[in-house]
Amino acid sequence: MAEYKLEMKNISKSFPGVKALDQVQLSVRPGTVHALMGENGAGKSTLMKCLFGIYKMDQGEIYLDGNKVEINNPDDAMLHGVAMVHQELQPVLARSVSENMYLGRFPVKKIGPIQMIDHKKMNQDTEKWLAELGLSYNVKAPLSSLSIGQMQMVEIAKAVSHDAKVIIFDEPTSSLSDKEVEFLFKVMGDLKKKGVAMIYISHKMDEIKRISDDITIMRDGTYVGTWPAEDMTTEQIIAKMVGRELSNIYPEHHHSIGETIMEVEDLTSIHEKSFRGISFSIKKGEILGFGGLVGAQRTELMEGIFGIRHLAKGTIKVHGKEVKIKRPRDAMDAGIGMITEDRRGNGIFGCLSIKDNVGVSIYKKYLKAGIMLDHPSINKVVDDNIKRLSIKTPSMKEHIGNLSGGNQQKVIISRWLAKDPDILIMDEPTRGIDIGAKHEIYEIMEELAKQGKAIIMISSEMPELLGMADRICVMCNGKLTGELNQQEEMTQENVMNFATMF
Amino acid sequence: MEKTQKQKLTDFLINNGVIIVMFILVIYTGLTTKNFLTADNGMNLLANMSYRLVIALGIAGCVITAGCDLSAGRMIGFGACLAGTLMQKANYSGRFFQSEPWASMGNGILLKISPMNPFVVLFLVMLICALFGTITGWFIAYLSVPPFIATLAMMEIIYGLGLLYTNATPLGGYIESYTIFSTGKFLGLSYLIWIALLMAAITWFIFNMTRHGKYMYAIGGNPQAAEVAGVPVNLTLVLIYAKAAAFYGMAGYMLGAKAGGASVNTGLGYEMEAIAACALGGVSVTGGRGKVSSAFIGVAVLELLKTALQYLGVSPNAQYIAIGIVIFIAASLDIRKYLTKK
Repeated sequence: MAEYKLEMKNISKSFPGVKALDQVQLSVRPGTVHALMGENGAGKSTLMKCLFGIYKMDQGEIYLDGNKVEINNPDDAMLHGVAMVHQELQPVLARSVSENMYLGRFPVKKIGPIQMIDHKKMNQDTEKWLAELGLSYNVKAPLSSLSIGQMQMVEIAKAVSHDAKVIIFDEPTSSLSDKEVEFLFKVMGDLKKKGVAMIYISHKMDEIKRISDDITIMRDGTYVGTWPAEDMTTEQIIAKMVGRELSNIYPEHHHSIGETIMEVEDLTSIHEKSFRGISFSIKKGEILGFGGLVGAQRTELMEGIFGIRHLAKGTIKVHGKEVKIKRPRDAMDAGIGMITEDRRGNGIFGCLSIKDNVGVSIYKKYLKAGIMLDHPSINKVVDDNIKRLSIKTPSMKEHIGNLSGGNQQKVIISRWLAKDPDILIMDEPTRGIDIGAKHEIYEIMEELAKQGKAIIMISSEMPELLGMADRICVMCNGKLTGELNQQEEMTQENVMNFATMF
Repeated sequence: MEKTQKQKLTDFLINNGVIIVMFILVIYTGLTTKNFLTADNGMNLLANMSYRLVIALGIAGCVITAGCDLSAGRMIGFGACLAGTLMQKANYSGRFFQSEPWASMGNGILLKISPMNPFVVLFLVMLICALFGTITGWFIAYLSVPPFIATLAMMEIIYGLGLLYTNATPLGGYIESYTIFSTGKFLGLSYLIWIALLMAAITWFIFNMTRHGKYMYAIGGNPQAAEVAGVPVNLTLVLIYAKAAAFYGMAGYMLGAKAGGASVNTGLGYEMEAIAACALGGVSVTGGRGKVSSAFIGVAVLELLKTALQYLGVSPNAQYIAIGIVIFIAASLDIRKYLTKK
């Protein structure tokens, strides 16, 4: 038997403009839990997607039990005994537990020439596999009757039923209760004894220390190293994850900070697992960074302030006056703007022109006789912004869908520049954007701060957060865990400590 | 990126395929039959297109926001009946406001309404239809009922109301100042055609020169982004369905004038024809795209196709098949315009 159950060697993968993985390796021993760690964007998920056949790698080899294998799609992966418990489960909620277990491979029986689904066998088998994990769910009940944690168990049972030799857990505990986490760890312990190799992606240090045998750390799409888990302290792990120099692509801070412009108090989501009890304030001309890991509920909080999500309680004061925000229009009336994280989902109008994408928020300002759009003035505003932000496009009539991500983002920024809010929330303003466009966006932010605008910036990129923010709030699991006011305090280690607090 | 000659030609064929095919069909029909390319036939064709264009313009707004409107046909019938009952000759023997049982209820007094001014009636019909459109739009916008279902419900309600109102009797005997909308001419074109042109101009103005129009495209393009950008999504949707219904009312009014009579079944199935015309002309059923010219081209293609086939002696029954095939081809070509751009 080979020493390693799974070996991935020299894996490289590029996306247009980005080298996501560069000569990465990963070796997992049988019967162990192998933690894969790194900051957001380090390439962990990309590596796992290559292993599971969702992405096709540009270069590299995968060995299972010492034999080289070709994995081109998830079907191949499952045939070779590789299973993945997804970060976001994608089950068919309305159908039964057993149907979800056997989706795509329903057992059939033949009655004469007709093939029928053998429900009895399917239900019995599902019960059998669940029993193996010590579970007894009603397999005929719709999946939606289970909790997220229970659904995950079904997913694991499905992996086991595939006779999986390697199971990938991509942040499995992010939506589980403590009890469910305990149970998951027990199941993982059982799987260990059966010799299954598990890859475990998580940001939670305590979990990593408890469950894993080996740790591989990645940074910026490269392999940093592999160590036995017991040899590493939390501090050492964090240092290895963030250990890189800050490059000087950030403009120097020349803006001065004025009086308080917005205060929020005790903001709490209507969802139990989301943000709760958040209070902070921001001043004119200040860039306030929001740090934290994926799932810290930073986006949810900002969308709550902007009226995209509902609040259970809490107050928002702008210029000292309380404002009621029920939808984005109310927020805009209060002088708040927001560049959302999900550019395609709720940012751009893909089939409309650049002009229409910029114009949509400002038509009210440019009316003739109270009804007719003043196209010449709108054209001028759009044209000025195209020049100011150096948006690369043949004309303002070009569909925004034809532009690159960076240019699309600049169009969205133009929309808000034209609208001219006092407070601008920027959620991951440079995600998926090349370095040149990033730099330009940083300069715009600096310029806005100089004009006395307050900017809230969510960023999962540590250097960006430290390089741009005057002050940093850190969130962890829906709570504000720390605030870093002094320049000396603002270090990667401090942010990471607050971000992994519980 | 420079495109080769060949690519340019392919693009041109894809972008204008339907129009090119129609041209060929028209020229072929004109050359092989006698009366196709005549002024009379042209006028007739335009008159038939007039109210269909008004319907298509109304429904285009719904389609651009990735919706549809199944109530259009019934709304047209309702509008035509409403208009008809108010503009029958006073001495017409089958007059509605004299003989209908519900109208003579209470005190045995016969309800007599003298024929009303046609412009007042037009306004009333459009207003009443718009009210029903507002209800449909309200359900779609504020209660998130899918447009297909909401307009289906309104279709049933409007049909029932029409039946109750007219007691299912056909109407006729219209005053001349009403039928003149069809028979009267200005610069050689029927008033109906002028009305349609006016509505096209108004719609163009709304689509291109007002906030409402821009918001409509934004909602069709990406409703979530529209909300985030501060577009009054719900209000805009209500306005779109109300406006569409007013257009159907007007189309019913025009149809009544042209036919010189109406029944609740007037306009039956016209909603499908209008949606087909929109799809043919390039109003994207997935939302966000479509112009006034698209609706015009769609209506023209369908009407030309029907007339040409008739002149070529194709059985009316077989014409449906031809129309279906053209819709298939046109819709596939239209989608290609956007697929290739990705």
